[in-house]
Amino acid sequence: MAEFQTAPTGAGTGQKLLTWIDNRFPLSKLYQDHLSEYYAPKNFNIWYVFGGLATLVLVMQILTGIFLTMHYKPDAAKAFESVEYIMRDVPWGWLVRYMHSTGASAFFIVVYLHMFRGLIYGSYRKPRELVWLFGCGIFLCLMAEAFMGYLLPWGQMSYWGAQVIVNLFSAVPFIGPDLSLLIRGDYVVGDATLNRFFSFHVIAVPLVLLGLVAAHIIALHEVGSNNPDGVEIKATKNEKTGLPLDGIPFHPYFTVHDIYVAAVFLFIFSAVVFFAPEGGGYFLEFNNFIEANPLKTPAHIAPVWYFTPYYSMLRATTDLMVYVFMAVVGLAAVLAILRGGFGSAVKIGIAVVAVVAVALLKTFDAKFWGVVVMGAAVIILFFLPWLDRSPVKSIRYRPDWHKYLYALFVIFFLALGYLGSQPPSAGGNYISQIGTLVYFGFFLLMPWWSRIGTFKPVPERVTFSAH
Amino acid sequence: MKKLLISLFVACGFALSALPAAANEGGYPWDKFPEEKMTDMASLQNGARIFTNYCLNCHSAQYMRYNRLHDIGLNDDQIKKNLLFATEKVGDTMKTTLDPKQAKEWFGAAPPDLSVIARSRAEVGKGSGADYLYTLWRTFYRDDAKPTGWNNLAFPDIAMPHALWELQGERRAVFAEVKDAHNPAKTEHRFERFEQVTPGAMSELEYKEAVGDLVAYLQWMGEPAQGSRIRIGVGVLLFLGLLIVFTWRLNAAYWKNVT
Repeated sequence: MAEFQTAPTGAGTGQKLLTWIDNRFPLSKLYQDHLSEYYAPKNFNIWYVFGGLATLVLVMQILTGIFLTMHYKPDAAKAFESVEYIMRDVPWGWLVRYMHSTGASAFFIVVYLHMFRGLIYGSYRKPRELVWLFGCGIFLCLMAEAFMGYLLPWGQMSYWGAQVIVNLFSAVPFIGPDLSLLIRGDYVVGDATLNRFFSFHVIAVPLVLLGLVAAHIIALHEVGSNNPDGVEIKATKNEKTGLPLDGIPFHPYFTVHDIYVAAVFLFIFSAVVFFAPEGGGYFLEFNNFIEANPLKTPAHIAPVWYFTPYYSMLRATTDLMVYVFMAVVGLAAVLAILRGGFGSAVKIGIAVVAVVAVALLKTFDAKFWGVVVMGAAVIILFFLPWLDRSPVKSIRYRPDWHKYLYALFVIFFLALGYLGSQPPSAGGNYISQIGTLVYFGFFLLMPWWSRIGTFKPVPERVTFSAH
Repeated sequence: MKKLLISLFVACGFALSALPAAANEGGYPWDKFPEEKMTDMASLQNGARIFTNYCLNCHSAQYMRYNRLHDIGLNDDQIKKNLLFATEKVGDTMKTTLDPKQAKEWFGAAPPDLSVIARSRAEVGKGSGADYLYTLWRTFYRDDAKPTGWNNLAFPDIAMPHALWELQGERRAVFAEVKDAHNPAKTEHRFERFEQVTPGAMSELEYKEAVGDLVAYLQWMGEPAQGSRIRIGVGVLLFLGLLIVFTWRLNAAYWKNVT
């Protein structure tokens, strides 16, 4: 606990007040620790703007959400009408609604880019594992938030999208049907579902989300930011001051920088809100302007674009794909036994696990494994800090072919996203299947491939040229 | 290894480009709705008149208030005199007197609400909802095989009869059986042209203009705020553009000392 301070004689009212507060609440300390004396690497590049932008979008979503909640009616008979009421009769309602709906897509755009930044510069590596884990938690919350929020306008896509996704839970063996019933609160998506999704969307998930965001930032400020070189700036300090030579105070340098970035972002964001609020049918799906009708299934149900890569993986998991999984499990077990250099007890263990895995793959139907694949695609991100065994953090000092591998991963991720928004087709499904294997191969084989190749020497200090 | 990866990379690119282009193959292609009608008050007002006279008998627009027509230059008196039934008030929404149960019996489906019809009928890769409606209203034809005696190219087997037939007159469609170039066993039932059977109250050109006005109105009614949205948007972007310049210079002023 800090000593009780007294303001020096002749101090102004402002300083006296601050001393009074500081004796009771660490205001100055918080300001110093997180802004004026938080040292961030000076070599940040454009990839480092998306964390700040995600915070901006989060604040925007909460504020617009508060105003939407004042006029929205979570009632199956009134929900669709109340959204049109907001769009027509509430002053500036259309703007608030478009900001919220565009904000959802913007949130995912900046978060995907933010995650990709972490991926290429190794920002999840020691000592930042918890920063990454909290971030993955935020991503999960965001998906839940987006999914449940999308039901609220009560359009056809809201309704049938929710119906499809909730039905997936019924594929879980033994407890599935009861589980999906528990989620819906009814035998079909209905008023009960709308009410509970509303409750989760406006209070439960945002509470968790805000807690995780706080934890994410506290953990980050404890260990300090990574940078495009993957060099620890804390390793090279000024001998006299003890401050990192390659760091600069977050305030004012990155506050002015982020204000500039926010202006650019808001320009692009406003261009969408004011001139293309439907996002070409990807941000607001056209079918969602038809009120939900439980008796009329749309010909083509596609989730919103930010879920489509995972939806593609779900659709890719056909019976054929399950056989491929069995072959992969078998092959992995054989390789581990022959080449792994394990003791005989471990070898037997591997063989038993592989046999059980194949038996399970055979027992349950492909729909269930599709759900598992979809879930695993998100959960696998949590393990990234321990999958990457590369001797360097940043992609800058990795072998060139690693870059192609990352590019391949990105291309297939985008392809999965595109295919998930399209009606199923035979050719598309093959590509989704290859994409699913590439996605999981990228992560599961990372302990192996991330170690091989010729790495470039990592400099002592960050590379930075004044601008 | 590097070469292998590059070739793999290229191969993926090819594989993706060979994907089926769009989801909406087939179907009658949509004509482009003349967008300039959206800023033409006379067109929008004429569209509102056609809408209340012809559409509102069976369809509702229950989220649309009559007095929102102020936005397209009509005042309360004009709305009361020209567009309202005796019992309605200008603050009411556009309801229909048709009983949905009876409608379902007569047409096989209850006529949908038209408030946001133009927004809901757009299709990615095919066109806007206005394009669809503009095509729909110009492709009705006589078809005795249908219960209503009418059919439509943009919406085959449509349950709605041609509500504007007095204006357009009756037409029949001429189809041809065309052999598929790639598969001689397959023939395609392809639309050739329309033939006028009885003349309508309007010439073909007048009718096209009238439908354009109606669709402009439907498009406007889907989002009455769209005009102000675009107007305000220009101001917002100008402001933000200016803000970008100032914050850019502010940032540069701080960073010029960082070495």
